[in-house]
Amino acid sequence: MIIDPVTLIVALITVATPVLLAAIGELVVEKSGVLNLGVEGMMIMGAVCGFIAAHESGSPTLAFVAGMAGGAALSVIFAVLTQLLMANQVASGLALTLFGLGLAALLGVGYPGQPIPDVAKPLPEAIREIEVIGPILFSHDLVTYLAIALVVAVWLVLTRTRAGLILRAVGESHDAAHALGYKVVRIRFLAILFGGACAGLGGAFLSVIRVENWVEGMTAGAGWIALALVVFASWKPWRVLLGAWLFGGIAALQLRLQAAEVGVPVALLDASPYLVTIVVLVVISSDRRRASMNAPAALGRIFHASS
Amino acid sequence: MIRLEKRPQPSRGWVIGGPILAVALTMVAGGVMFALLGSDPVEAMRIIFWDPLFSERFASYSRPQLLVKAGPLILIAVGLSLGFRAGIWNIGAEGQYIVGALFGAAFGLAFYPSESALIFPGMVLAGLLGGVLWAMIPALLKVYARTNEILVSLLLVYVAEAMLASAATGWLRNPEGSGFPGSRNLSRHPGTDNPELIAGTGMHWGVLAAFVAVIAAYVLMQRHVLGYQIRLSGEAPRAARFGGVNPARLVLLCMGISGALAGAAGLFEVSGPAGQITIDFNAGYGFTAIIVAFLGRLNPLGILLAGLLLALTFIGGELAQLMLGLPAPSIQAFQGMLLFFLLAIDVLANYRVKWGREAAA
Repeated sequence: MIIDPVTLIVALITVATPVLLAAIGELVVEKSGVLNLGVEGMMIMGAVCGFIAAHESGSPTLAFVAGMAGGAALSVIFAVLTQLLMANQVASGLALTLFGLGLAALLGVGYPGQPIPDVAKPLPEAIREIEVIGPILFSHDLVTYLAIALVVAVWLVLTRTRAGLILRAVGESHDAAHALGYKVVRIRFLAILFGGACAGLGGAFLSVIRVENWVEGMTAGAGWIALALVVFASWKPWRVLLGAWLFGGIAALQLRLQAAEVGVPVALLDASPYLVTIVVLVVISSDRRRASMNAPAALGRIFHASS
Repeated sequence: MIRLEKRPQPSRGWVIGGPILAVALTMVAGGVMFALLGSDPVEAMRIIFWDPLFSERFASYSRPQLLVKAGPLILIAVGLSLGFRAGIWNIGAEGQYIVGALFGAAFGLAFYPSESALIFPGMVLAGLLGGVLWAMIPALLKVYARTNEILVSLLLVYVAEAMLASAATGWLRNPEGSGFPGSRNLSRHPGTDNPELIAGTGMHWGVLAAFVAVIAAYVLMQRHVLGYQIRLSGEAPRAARFGGVNPARLVLLCMGISGALAGAAGLFEVSGPAGQITIDFNAGYGFTAIIVAFLGRLNPLGILLAGLLLALTFIGGELAQLMLGLPAPSIQAFQGMLLFFLLAIDVLANYRVKWGREAAA
């Protein structure tokens, strides 16, 4: 059994990227006080739109733009339902996932196995081939670096800027924010769109770079794992990064263990990313102080200005 | 300028009229979708909603399918509706359905080739048990570790699917199946089969169980103190706490009942219409049942009607695939749309639409 730690770390970072993107987007949505359970649906829409754009246009850039647009377009439905029509957020999020999975499958008919262009790596080959640190640090795709930069940006905006303060105020108490003159619905609408675009980009990364194919239902619960990561991270951007890499590590390791045919049942390996996510959720949630410390106080509550 | 004014109580008219309007709007939006896919929308609607029941060519085959498909949807949705009413979100019914089917099938196959009349009742109990056990994982974690039941129950669906794959290709595989994945056929073996009870109707034990569940849930919600506690917890959690409702007990009960019904639905499916454990015998009923529960307004009688309607879209969708060459996922998108319209129209039940400016207070 040979598992090379360097390739494992490279794989881990690649596997973690879609979940990381979706989770950091959802973190912003939840910080604004909205629980969008439709991450899985927005991701799969991003995956299919990105793949179709990559195949039809041959441009990876357009593919990622299309993926973001697909995810954001779906999130508009959620935003209209929950922000303008005051619908239940749990039910609307579930509806988004069910509809997104159906619509993505419909759009993707005839696309599985179609060729898409290779995506060039951003850094020169000389740097990528340095021993050990070359593959680990410099061999990734632009979107992977972008995802990590996004974590830093979200952290900075949330903790260091006025805009971040307003977003958090809306998420902590929409009535107080409203009384101070902030446009609660508009801010939440924008946060939901941002979350949709992030999930869509994550989906497009999955289909265009990681799998290089479109397969119905290919997100396989990644959106739900992203939701779990936000809870795991206690709504802190840095911990989302940590959680995504932990998940990526398990997922990459189990694939290698399956290939190496060790004595562990395949079903257990297949299920291991989900089981580990559950275990981690339990550990985090059972610590009463830590779990509730950072949860936005108005999370999931409906805001209606006249009430 | 349009304004929304909160109603003191949801409008009764819209609570009943909402789903009907939602179905009508979905038909319009679905028609647009089918037109974009290159089919005549009116013809598509006729094939989906009318032909399965009334066309001379297809009705003799399709009509019994209505109960076959509605049975599991109703059975699962009735269970889910109890929890949803109390604000307990079991969205992993698909996993409980799979585990119930695995437990039930494993029990039946353990006694193979016995044809004793006791085996099928035992399988039903095993199916119930499997569903309950799988639902108890998120329930106990919610009660003792405050873990979010939505995420845990959903993630367990993927674990259940991995178990199903290993059962179909490994520990439940038919030893005489020349290496093909899939268990022995349960529906063609006396003792383990869930037969059609009245020829030509599609009625099997699972459909009967669904009808019983509808009546039992109706009585529970209207007449039993538990039903009162469920409604109270959903509408006013704090009041429920002061009123002596034990939230932990309610979580365990609601999750347990919904898990049991989903598990039983899985067993009835695998021993009847599906016939055997295969990698993909689960047809997503556990997820569609969520739409059924909401469309039925979390009310047992509403769920009965909603289950029949969604079953019709499944059958009509298959027919439209055959007749018009519509892609299979279009019907899934259609069902998702239905839930959107339903949620959107709910605003009319809870709020009054006012034109003009707000009068100065």
